[in-house]
Amino acid sequence: MSALINIGYLVASVLFILGLKGLTHPRTAVRGNLLGAVGMLLAVLLTLTNQRIISYEWIILGLIIGGAIGAALAIKIEMTSMPELVAVFNGFGGIASVLVAGAALLENTLGLEVPMMQLTIAIAASGLIGAVTFWGSLVAFGKLKGLIGDNAILFSGQQIINAILAVTVLALSCWVVVDPANGIAYWLLVGVASALGVLLVIPVGGADMPVVVALLNSYSGLAAAATGFVLSNNVLIITGSLVGASGLILTQIMCKAMNRSLTNVLFGVLAPVGDGGPTADEVYGGKVKSTSPEEVAMLFETARRVCIIPGYGMAVSQAQHPVASLAALLESRGTKVEYGVHPVAGRMPGHMNVLLAEADVPYEALRDMDETNEDIDQVDIALVIGANDVVNPVARTDPNSAIAGMPIIDVDKAKTVVVIKRSLSPGFAGIPNPLFALDNSLMLFGDGKKAVLDMIAALKDS
Amino acid sequence: MEMFIIGLTIFVLAIFVGFEIITKIPPTLHTPLMSGSNAISGITVVGAVLSAGSQHTVVTTTLGVLAVIFATINCVGGFMVTNRMLAMFKKKS
Repeated sequence: MSALINIGYLVASVLFILGLKGLTHPRTAVRGNLLGAVGMLLAVLLTLTNQRIISYEWIILGLIIGGAIGAALAIKIEMTSMPELVAVFNGFGGIASVLVAGAALLENTLGLEVPMMQLTIAIAASGLIGAVTFWGSLVAFGKLKGLIGDNAILFSGQQIINAILAVTVLALSCWVVVDPANGIAYWLLVGVASALGVLLVIPVGGADMPVVVALLNSYSGLAAAATGFVLSNNVLIITGSLVGASGLILTQIMCKAMNRSLTNVLFGVLAPVGDGGPTADEVYGGKVKSTSPEEVAMLFETARRVCIIPGYGMAVSQAQHPVASLAALLESRGTKVEYGVHPVAGRMPGHMNVLLAEADVPYEALRDMDETNEDIDQVDIALVIGANDVVNPVARTDPNSAIAGMPIIDVDKAKTVVVIKRSLSPGFAGIPNPLFALDNSLMLFGDGKKAVLDMIAALKDS
Repeated sequence: MEMFIIGLTIFVLAIFVGFEIITKIPPTLHTPLMSGSNAISGITVVGAVLSAGSQHTVVTTTLGVLAVIFATINCVGGFMVTNRMLAMFKKKS
């Protein structure tokens, strides 16, 4: 029987791998996700046949409550709030690992025999990673939701406190390993690891959130893998390491797209601004040209090719639907419209793509940074909406700037650039953007959604 | 010890499989990748179900049931929201 269950778990693991493989193309992605869900159902059903289970009431109750909450969250959530939801789900995965490892510790220390050391190591790892994930994710959720300041929260001695907590966590882990029967050690470990989780995410600022969300995603996988070692269950180990790898890759992609090292992001360190960096007045003084929706509509009339570059500002003003309508209107007049999406635009990897897909933008029109840059010089109008640092040419030109070396979308090379923005205020990097003062740039000041709607109206009138 | 080594072998090999597959996923699908991989990391529900059902003590059952709830939110919510997102990615009609 147990061999049969294990073969079933193997099938589930294969389904998870095939499911992820399905995500390599939008065409096969829905089926991939379904395969994953089938794998999960299979794994749960097989587990229910395990002879260790004496009663089912509590299990079923838990499944019903959890399923109902999960379904409600999934159905209700707005697409703009997706980063928050993913953060919370990461956290729930983490806390589940903490609880399962805690229960396993009790179950294994009730008898007379001493649990094996590899078991207790796995339990300590599970509790530690799980608690960091849970609390880190809650803080990330709070930041994304705007409940706690979106900015980096830094205080003196932060690094020292983190170091002390890290050492304490390791010491407590050792205590759990050598004296597993002691009931307090494990929960003390979970407590200190929780504090560490909070402090690790607190210093990370708004635009760096994609990195943290990706990293916590990875942690939630590693927590599941650690729980797999606790239970000697291969399906948990395989799944956990797949998710761990996935999160790590995304983390790496995000760091590269910002030209920041992971340590700098985690400790809230922005690259030092070189001395004598130009001030906003020097950059913008008298050179910024302001425009109106009517004027931009006139430009659109003669444009053959338009590239839209969305940023977090588009999500904030919920402008994705008007943007898509504008694009459809332009296309109906024979203008080619495409989207250039920077990897870190938004608050999580792929955030802009989901919003635009929600607004019925076909995925072929969504191009990544490299594709966009290849022929941006042939674009008649680059329409930047709610993006700033990711289109700042200083990254390319000034080796002393805070964002030097960060890959950007080279909108300055387009024939005309139209930037929709509330004001000339700097982005996350805190530096002025010479793009706004270029000869071929026009600024359209105002709310993203309203500006796009005005443009549509002007286009229809003409 | 042998179980542990087998587990470790599987862990390392699965990480390589993960790297191979996930580097091929286009940036367009990175958000569904996160929510979908998140959903499958709710596999902890397997361990939670065992703790909740084996009725060692009141404490272990309670921990197990709470874990079942959290992990199920993770799985069900994750798969459903991923499905909702992916359904929006359409070809040009």
